[in-house]
Amino acid sequence: MQTEQHKKYWRFNLTYLAILLAIWFLVSYGFGILWVEQLNTIRLGGFKLGFWFAQQGSIYVFVLLIFIYVVLMNRLDKKFNLDE
Amino acid sequence: MGIQTWTFILVGITFALYIGIAIWSRAGSTKEFYVAGGGVSPLANGLATAADWMSAASFLGMAGIIAFSGYDGSVYLMGWTGGYVLLALLLAPYLRKFGKFTVPDFIGDRYYSNVARTVAIVAALFVSFTYVAGQMRGVGVVFSRFLDVEVNTGVYIGMAVVLFYAFLGGMKGITYTQVAQYCVLIFAFMVPAIFISLMATGNPVPQLGMGAAGSDGIYLLDKLDGLMTDLGFTAYTDGTKSKMDVFFITAALMMGTAGLPHVIIRFFTVPKVKDARKSAGFALLFIAILYTTAPAIAVFARTNLMETVQNTPYKEIPAWFTKWEDTGLIAWTDKNKDGKIQYAPGNALADAKPIFETKRGVNGERLIANPSPTVNELYVDRDITVLANPEIANLPNWIIALVAAGGLAAALSTAAGLLLVISTSISHDLVKKQIAPEISDKKELLIARLSSLVAVLVAGYFGINPPGFVASVVALAFGLAASSFFPAIVLGIFSKRMNREGAITGMLAGLAITCYYIARFKLGWIGNPDTATQEYWWFGISPEGFGTVGMLVNFSIALVVSSVTTAPPEHVQEIVENIRIPSGAGEAIEH
Repeated sequence: MQTEQHKKYWRFNLTYLAILLAIWFLVSYGFGILWVEQLNTIRLGGFKLGFWFAQQGSIYVFVLLIFIYVVLMNRLDKKFNLDE
Repeated sequence: MGIQTWTFILVGITFALYIGIAIWSRAGSTKEFYVAGGGVSPLANGLATAADWMSAASFLGMAGIIAFSGYDGSVYLMGWTGGYVLLALLLAPYLRKFGKFTVPDFIGDRYYSNVARTVAIVAALFVSFTYVAGQMRGVGVVFSRFLDVEVNTGVYIGMAVVLFYAFLGGMKGITYTQVAQYCVLIFAFMVPAIFISLMATGNPVPQLGMGAAGSDGIYLLDKLDGLMTDLGFTAYTDGTKSKMDVFFITAALMMGTAGLPHVIIRFFTVPKVKDARKSAGFALLFIAILYTTAPAIAVFARTNLMETVQNTPYKEIPAWFTKWEDTGLIAWTDKNKDGKIQYAPGNALADAKPIFETKRGVNGERLIANPSPTVNELYVDRDITVLANPEIANLPNWIIALVAAGGLAAALSTAAGLLLVISTSISHDLVKKQIAPEISDKKELLIARLSSLVAVLVAGYFGINPPGFVASVVALAFGLAASSFFPAIVLGIFSKRMNREGAITGMLAGLAITCYYIARFKLGWIGNPDTATQEYWWFGISPEGFGTVGMLVNFSIALVVSSVTTAPPEHVQEIVENIRIPSGAGEAIEH
């Protein structure tokens, strides 16, 4: 049966997911597609910023997001004693 | 030593390595055959997943697609990497905790229904077969490009090698060969890229070189935008596709990636739930190395091409140009008879590929029989972007040979992963779970091996006789995965209320509408073919992006149907509660 502890753990997990997926959406669909023209007026060295997000930046952020989730969840598992 | 000799040596060494690994890691039980015994380290699984994922198309084709589509190519870069975030956050840890062998296992148990299981098997087989046909063809093409053998002979050699280690080692053999194949392919991809970046900008990191300035002090991307607009092309950093379409294609590729069975099953091979999360991170890191380098190569190659050829007399063209013209990947037809190459928008040919005449023209060029009326005189095959790199950078012959070995590693690793999905679908999901549940482990293993043999033969057949719809394989495989598996799995984890009726109707509706749209607008099989054009697309969405709509339809129908039908039984709700908690996963359960 599901205990109160488990419910709390799941709510924490859902909060992390919501925040990380919001960033995931923002850097790719937001910066890389929806607002690409606006961002392209800003420069990052030789790159237009929107173009950089579409072909480089979003991918770097994706990698970071997964590793941040790994760290957050490892901590959460320990806190709730669900570590293996 | 010549390129040919080097290629034989390097391809020979890498093949011997793959076969050696296969003999060393033979599978002794179904558990080893299906999930490599469940004991693969997260790092090794990350490497294997990266090789599994990156196909001949990623290795040879992607940089070229981006070079010739500029900003529009971003859909592939974001789509094929962003899906891993979804995998790591929404699918992999829970499926690992569930602890069975296949995707239909999950669908069948979670939705307490063999109908759901069968729908999943059919979708898995369909997605994997469409995908694997392209890979076997890819093996043949790489062989024919580098070793001067017939494409079909190449397919046979590829079939024999894949069969050897898939048959012997199953998932265990495939995992460790994929680790080796990742190392070969990334080395082969990066070495020429670093040299090209140094040549173009003086910066050895291609990702930075892409945004750096050339020797003339002008930023490379600005120069390329200028060159393109001067000749009447759209600027490289601007797209031609509608925003709506870019959005939907990216989404379809992301959800499709997260729903591909051959990628998902890789996460059943690690020991713990936290290893599944971590190995998804490693996988994306290793994939990102290639996926962030490809757009840089694209910029260098396109700039180099535009600067080299525009208004250059054919007689002064560099040697690589004529060499690739000889192989038929470049063609030039002097439409205005000035002896110089004019490059402009529009297809230089009346057909997709050049038809060469036997005679040579006054400048020494190969004459072509099918020029188009446009002013553009130049035809360039997109694959050349990666293939010609080492020569443009004047790299030694062994590096050119290495690119061949890398291309083969990419194609073989993906083919093997797909063949495993096909053979497990048959031996485990169909035979063991439905037809003959009482068979022994030994017999099941034998059936698994036999079905991998059949799968290789079928894949080889499609490789040699590619069906007409191979060009739409990408749209098809990703669209189907996005519109069937992704919603069914996500709902199965995140909604306790989701029941059998909702999941089955959702998957069928998603699959049906996606198949219909692709058949209607991509293949022209249904409806009036005259109206199978862009103007008639629904909401301006291309067939490539329609998987997103299929996915939304699946989600909506599943939620509506499940809300008006009975809740799933108690034991299923317990499964859902159980997979949400990481502890106690143990190794993949035998059953």
